[in-house]
Amino acid sequence: MSIAEAPIAAKPKAVVETPFRRFASEYLESRVAAFALGLMMVLIGLAVLAPWITPQNPYDLAQVDVLDSRLPPGTKSSGNYTHWLGTDGAGRDLLSAMIYGLRISLIVGVMSGLIAMIVGTAVGMTAAYTGGRVENLIMRIVDLQLSFPAILLALMLIAVLGKGIDKIIIALVTVQWAYYARTVRGTALVEARKEYVEAARCLGLSSPRILFKHILPNCIAPLIVVATVQTAHAIALEATLSFLGVGLPQTEPSLGLLISNGFEYMLSGKYWISFFPGLVLLVTIVAINLVGDQLRDVLNPRLKR
Amino acid sequence: MTAFVLRRLTQSIGVVFVMSLIVFFGVHVVGDPVYMLINPQADQKDIEAAIKALGLDRPIWEQYWHFLTGALRGDLGRSFIFGESALKVIVQRMPATIELALTAVTMAVVFGIPLGLYAGLKPEGVFSKIIMAGSIVGFSLPTFWVGLMLIMVFAVILGWLPSTGRGETATYLGITSSLFTLNGLSHILLPALNLALLKISLVIRLTRAGTREAIHQDYIKFARAKGLSNRRVVGVHLLKNILIPVVTVLGLEFGNLVAFSVVTETIFSWPGMGKLLIQAIQSLDRPVIVAYLILIVLMFVVINLVVDVLYSILDPRVRLGEGSA
Repeated sequence: MSIAEAPIAAKPKAVVETPFRRFASEYLESRVAAFALGLMMVLIGLAVLAPWITPQNPYDLAQVDVLDSRLPPGTKSSGNYTHWLGTDGAGRDLLSAMIYGLRISLIVGVMSGLIAMIVGTAVGMTAAYTGGRVENLIMRIVDLQLSFPAILLALMLIAVLGKGIDKIIIALVTVQWAYYARTVRGTALVEARKEYVEAARCLGLSSPRILFKHILPNCIAPLIVVATVQTAHAIALEATLSFLGVGLPQTEPSLGLLISNGFEYMLSGKYWISFFPGLVLLVTIVAINLVGDQLRDVLNPRLKR
Repeated sequence: MTAFVLRRLTQSIGVVFVMSLIVFFGVHVVGDPVYMLINPQADQKDIEAAIKALGLDRPIWEQYWHFLTGALRGDLGRSFIFGESALKVIVQRMPATIELALTAVTMAVVFGIPLGLYAGLKPEGVFSKIIMAGSIVGFSLPTFWVGLMLIMVFAVILGWLPSTGRGETATYLGITSSLFTLNGLSHILLPALNLALLKISLVIRLTRAGTREAIHQDYIKFARAKGLSNRRVVGVHLLKNILIPVVTVLGLEFGNLVAFSVVTETIFSWPGMGKLLIQAIQSLDRPVIVAYLILIVLMFVVINLVVDVLYSILDPRVRLGEGSA
């Protein structure tokens, strides 16, 4: 894996520009990536501000009228506002439901990504630090797990654990920690052979200190790349599980569940109920992936011109 | 060679053993086996009888032994819903899934290799760029959404193809498949395409990368210098050499296809193993879930083993003995 073996982003020696500025200008060189980053920010902003910007709180029963169900996009309803994207099977304003759904999808994706990163980093560092049999065992488990498709593993965990937002996050973390562990171990092993680590040893610093204060910060660049891509994966996986009806419960409808709810109406030509949430899901995943791609290019000095 | 195969075989058996431990403890320690293995709708007397029959009052290691020996005999419990052996229920649905996965692999090869070859031979062409952009999109689209869109376009709007079920099947040479009837073929087209999309993108990228690498090699230059026709250089000399990685990856991905068929089968109501699994999870038919899990683990271990061994035969540069899962 090229990210794993890649040395850390070169710290620029320039005096005027700060590392961050240099990084930012390099990132923004690609217009597509800049656009994707902007899009990602807008989506996150929408999700955070959901209660204040949506025309309707789709889960407040007082505001939802079942008689308004399955209205086509652009219809005016009894609530006296226009449903720009129509309504779903329960009479909820689809635009509002989508923004709330996006919120849940992003929460699940980011939470599971973060926890998996922490767990994976801890395991990967342990493997790199201890070496020998423990390392072999850990990496064998990682290899074994990565040889099974993520979706099957998640399905199995859900089958044992049951439904719910916390269980979904547990399942996603279990599926994803191995990617982080592999990346961190690979990078840490490369870093451990460098002079600064030797220098730190000569200074008599303790191993945990070298590990966490010196090696770990240098593993962050590849970790960020893996984290972006894996978060996109987590969102897609959660949507798939929810679509299959084994993910989140109906009380916490993510984008996947909205799509699933609209599926039954699709065959009768009421396309919008699952089409628009699907579009948002797609845009979210593609935007995050594009950001991840560009981060990989910028943070990997091997690809520098 | 024999030593290598033997070592990989022992490793595989070890993996299956470990997985059986995990499955057993997942069912018997994390979850409640009474609830998982006995129909919760049964009355108290029946439950007590079943606990005794299943040996749940015995010590845990004895229970594991019972589970292991039962699994080796093919006894993985009875389905609550179908009232039959869980293994039998799954095996009955296996041909539909295999048929779908095989069709998808065929599609991946038929579409992926020519498109990848073209993109590799003319990397600067406009059509090549479109192919590559398309393959990126194919990678990032969630399978289930693509399935929905296929249904929307081809079944609802255009009305060309059916969107649910397996259609008519016919038996030929002892194999019952919907590939043998026209109606069945029209039914398999959409789900197989849905399942194949990811693999088509993968094959395009592999073929393109292989072509770009091989085209500068000496044997291609030599073949051209000999005055062979372009068709022969590309169709024989080039293709032969790029096929090895493509075949390996497709072999490895076959298990993945079976896994992803869970999604496709649910969308297109394809009566295969994947749809059965989702139904089992939703209706809490635990014995079927356990049986499916064990079967899938076995399948993956076998695929990994076969690919490893085949790879070492196809490519002698792979050092034997350094087998990692």
